[in-house]
Amino acid sequence: MSDVIPMPVGPAGGHVRLGSNAGQSMTRRDGIAKVTGTATYAADNRPDRLLHAVYASASIARGRVTFLDTAAAEAHPGVVMVMTPANRPPLAIHPDEKVGMFGQKIEALQDDGVRYAGQPIALVVAETLEAAAEGARLLAPRYEALPPRIDIDAQPRFEAETVGFGFPAAHAVGDLEAGLAAAARVVERDYVTPAQYHNALEPHAIVAEWQGDRLIIDTPNQAIVMMRGVFAAYFDMPEENLLLRSPYLGGGFGSKAAVWGPQLLVILAAKALGRPVKLALRRDQMFGPVSHRGATRQKLRLGLDAEGRLTALEHRAAAVGSSFENFFEPAGRASENLYATPAMAMSHEGIRIDTGTPGAMRAPGEASGSAALESVMDEAAFELGLDPLEFRLRNYAETDPATGNPFSSKALRECYAQGAARFGWAGRPLQPRQMRDAAGLLTGWGMGTAIFPAPMFQATARAVLRADGSAVVETAAADMGQGAWTSLAQIAADGLGIDVSRLEFRSGSSDLPDAGVAGGSGHTATAGSALFNAGADAVAKLAELATKDPASPLFGAGNAAVVARDGRLMLADDESRGEAYEDILARAGLDLIEGHGKGVRGEAEAQSRAMFSHGAVFAEVKVDPDLGQVRVSRLVGAFAAGRIINPKLADSQLKGGMIWGIGFALQEEAIHDPRTGRPVNADLAGYHVPVNADVPHVEAITVHEDDPFVNTLGVKGVGEIGITGTVGAIANAVWHATGVRVRRFPIHPEDLIG
Amino acid sequence: MTLSITMTVNGDRLALTLDDPRTTLLDLLRDRVGLTGTKKGCDRGQCGACTVLVDGRRINSCLALAAAHDGSDITTVEGLAQGDDLHPVQAAFIAQDGFQCGYCTPGQIMSAVALIAEGEAGDDPERIREGMSGNICRCAAYAGITDAVREATRRMQQDERRSA
Amino acid sequence: MTPFEFIRPATLAEAVAAGAEPDSRYLAGGTNLLDLMKLGVAVPRRLIDISRLPGLDRIEAQPDGGLRIGAMVRNSDLARDPAVLRGHPAVAEALLSGASAQLRNAATVGGNLLQQTRCPYFQDPAAACNRRDPGAGCEAIGGVTRGHAVLGWTETCIATHASDFCVPLAALDARVEIAGPGGTREVGMAELHPLPDEDSAGNPAIRPGEVLTALVLPPGSDAFAGHSRYVKLRERTSFAFAVVSAAAMLDMDGGTIRAGRLALGGVAARPWRVAEAEALLAGQAPDAELFDRVAGVLTEGAHPSGQNGFKIALARRIAVRALVAAAAGTPARMPALPGSVFASEGDLTHV
Repeated sequence: MSDVIPMPVGPAGGHVRLGSNAGQSMTRRDGIAKVTGTATYAADNRPDRLLHAVYASASIARGRVTFLDTAAAEAHPGVVMVMTPANRPPLAIHPDEKVGMFGQKIEALQDDGVRYAGQPIALVVAETLEAAAEGARLLAPRYEALPPRIDIDAQPRFEAETVGFGFPAAHAVGDLEAGLAAAARVVERDYVTPAQYHNALEPHAIVAEWQGDRLIIDTPNQAIVMMRGVFAAYFDMPEENLLLRSPYLGGGFGSKAAVWGPQLLVILAAKALGRPVKLALRRDQMFGPVSHRGATRQKLRLGLDAEGRLTALEHRAAAVGSSFENFFEPAGRASENLYATPAMAMSHEGIRIDTGTPGAMRAPGEASGSAALESVMDEAAFELGLDPLEFRLRNYAETDPATGNPFSSKALRECYAQGAARFGWAGRPLQPRQMRDAAGLLTGWGMGTAIFPAPMFQATARAVLRADGSAVVETAAADMGQGAWTSLAQIAADGLGIDVSRLEFRSGSSDLPDAGVAGGSGHTATAGSALFNAGADAVAKLAELATKDPASPLFGAGNAAVVARDGRLMLADDESRGEAYEDILARAGLDLIEGHGKGVRGEAEAQSRAMFSHGAVFAEVKVDPDLGQVRVSRLVGAFAAGRIINPKLADSQLKGGMIWGIGFALQEEAIHDPRTGRPVNADLAGYHVPVNADVPHVEAITVHEDDPFVNTLGVKGVGEIGITGTVGAIANAVWHATGVRVRRFPIHPEDLIG
Repeated sequence: MTLSITMTVNGDRLALTLDDPRTTLLDLLRDRVGLTGTKKGCDRGQCGACTVLVDGRRINSCLALAAAHDGSDITTVEGLAQGDDLHPVQAAFIAQDGFQCGYCTPGQIMSAVALIAEGEAGDDPERIREGMSGNICRCAAYAGITDAVREATRRMQQDERRSA
Repeated sequence: MTPFEFIRPATLAEAVAAGAEPDSRYLAGGTNLLDLMKLGVAVPRRLIDISRLPGLDRIEAQPDGGLRIGAMVRNSDLARDPAVLRGHPAVAEALLSGASAQLRNAATVGGNLLQQTRCPYFQDPAAACNRRDPGAGCEAIGGVTRGHAVLGWTETCIATHASDFCVPLAALDARVEIAGPGGTREVGMAELHPLPDEDSAGNPAIRPGEVLTALVLPPGSDAFAGHSRYVKLRERTSFAFAVVSAAAMLDMDGGTIRAGRLALGGVAARPWRVAEAEALLAGQAPDAELFDRVAGVLTEGAHPSGQNGFKIALARRIAVRALVAAAAGTPARMPALPGSVFASEGDLTHV
């Protein structure tokens, strides 16, 4: 990639070039802080006179608390407060009301009811963590328990009104029944996915400190300014009196984009006690109030003509939610935009059980739905006697099957080609159980298509060029590991036309312009656009000064004839004519020049083009023929996701997503006791996530893709797509190795032994 | 009960009065000594985020009582760099992007330092993967971690040869 | 954690005296006990730190040819010990297949031998458990039982023993020395790890005030060194407890098995051995059919304690696998993935 890429005309004019900094594999700007232990995560804050909080968790899943031994807890040395529903100070908004766009009912000691195991039922605050923990234990709750509704398949189903964050629960194109009737072959299969928990390595934490009527909270958050508003609403305080700091998140994956009950309790305790209070969840508490990926039951039906082309695609998902909220894993949406078909129908039913409310977990809907879709595609290819890749190519969608719109860009063919070549897909036997390695392990190859939307949300940013040619930019972005500190700074530097080393990037705090949510794989596109535009705005003002200044070599050039790079404004057609920013500012007698920018997609673009990242994932697995243990020996993904701002960090994001696919396919599953509703594996020894030895070989190829429509930057997003496609690829490889098709995730050893 | 203990932490000899024997080494380091680089991920020895070196050996500081480590020599992630000069393992983690969110990183790095010192994995990626499997990275930066350990191993071997 | 008194005795005699007091527990590496204390499963009022007792951290060859291993030897040190690697390689392989490097550095031999089950109901103070609270009942029965016992269980307890280390130890007829108020006694592995009955519910057979001081690998147990393996089925490649596992050792006389040893892990409240199964090996040539017969006898009487019937077939198969691996010979170097079925990365062949 050349270091200067001409850009289509952007909202602030064409004088800024993207690509001087963007496109470079810079190491993380927060790298030194992270490897030396100086990066400050929420629980690392230790204000003076700090108190520690621990909450007690319900050990029943349904019923009410009848007794808490608050006297025993209060008597424990060091305990200063025991908060229960009986004495919990009021909140301005009842926890069962919803606040804001993504608001949900939360649990903040509003009553003695228990609606899932692990629900907070009391908060103990003490001088030390040890005392708070023991105080919570001493509460020894008693309950009036009702039988939990936990067996998913024993609960009634109902038509869901919406799925995910208010998406339509059903969508149909064409005549499904006619498509099925016209099919030469119908492939119908059922798939099951389990409850999964984010388990970011950093447990949710908060340090809350009141300074008069001002509140400072350190808490990891993926939507800093928006959630400041939500926190402020619960306390009926002006937003500007609340400072939410979240410079580093120890992983989020969707679970840190909201406000949770325990955070509110800590803020209340800090107010009541007049001292700062810290709470960090225990690992088992990460399986309670902080959301998860709900389980699904999915039925897919493919109608196929004699050549293996889809005549109909039906995806019916039943998604498991809580008894009291409406978040349902939108699994069926995974089938809407991928394969060409004259008829499709997608719909969702809901199922309610007594757990915490599910929420967005890395590729919500797409991950679960893609697992099923890519599996059934593989099953259909085998029935047709077609190579799975050839089968997908026959059903390649040239336009968006859901809307008929053109894609803003779609380099999926190149993903298939490059991924297959790199993996060595050619020559794969069609029949399963045909390959063994020298050690006698069954070997299988499978593939899956990856797809994820390229949304934009709303963000604002501010950019200031200083008299010395350096700059500062500000936006309240959230870096949960995806690399915002680095890639957003690269974009901002290009917006300003300076080298990124001259850029100060302020972020991660609610007193900065709103960067929107780090979610939906849209943060780089959204916050990046705002930053770029803010920089371009500043440069435009600078160009205005220069081109109107007879003393400038750019005098009279006109704004559009100027480019900015390396801290200089130059004539586009003669870069030898130009001058440094410092000189322009100095002549104008200015200390600084300020620009503002927004990141938002125009309604027209959003309506007229389908915008998705695509990819192809190829997996090789080894399976012990007698014992059924599986290892993913190779994983190769090729992804087209628009412009890649930082290839090194994008590579890490894509690989991380693919490895989540290993966890989904083979490991992750929360299991609840059917009688009590308590999770029996609420820890990292029982809830398996991949370890280093699970990943002998993972490769992510980024396929070049220019997208002039998705946004000025041409950026789509890479945070979530890696998990899509991969789960199916692994399941398909397991089938190819063993001849055993497992339709219930995760695949266990015993599923594979005859 | 109150206990008086001494510890050497990153080369500094500390005399500590422990008024609560329940305090783990992890909580002591974070809450009392003020070294918050060492992280708590599970508090049960199941994730490795709290890995520190005790007398040169890597352990989970969450499953160690501070009182039981009276007299120990502790090294945490804060004790690796010499001023602005990063330890080769730290530098390699940056160069190979062996982390994303960074929360597991102090534990990964301490574990890697110990793994290299143990001397059994060498340059063999499979042995490195196995030897680093007690450190969970939920962002799954495993490929970068393995590469970083290999790079640091090679560099430390070169440095050793040079100084020998 | 409930507050406790922290005591560090200077001598074994002091430790024994201190441990006889009510609500006392010995602390060594702490990797199991501290975890149980955090969970509220163990609630000692007195914690007696025996990790620095003199003389318990040595590995010594005995005059009779046995190997005596002090109870405070760390798991990682034992797995690296030249005498163990040379004479008892399956012990090293089992150790290295368990937990993580960090845990092995802290965990002691004594602690490993006395560790508690990882049954989730045992670890959950809100659940009824006969091991924690004799007579309370077993809430695991009828619950989530994928990981539970298929051999030797009773209605009292269906938990399995979690140790990898103990599996080859049992196969080798290892013994432990226990010091107590009345002097020192020596017990075998089977006695140390009783099967559940109404009395013990499978808790280790050690009494208050007793300190496990040493592990003894008996003379002649290194005869198996050339053909010793530990194989462990896991749900991820590393850092996971066994679904099932097996240790197999063969004393080979040319092409004939002089004697064989075989134990299963993950299937019962103790490593599972059957003398009749091992007896079938003696005097025979290694052979898949023979190994299958042996594994059949070893798993005779197995029956599910819940949703774990699949473990019976897996146990039989892993026993065969361990025997086959042992017959092939102990590898010259510890495999990169100890105990793993993925120990050797072969090249792909189409068949």
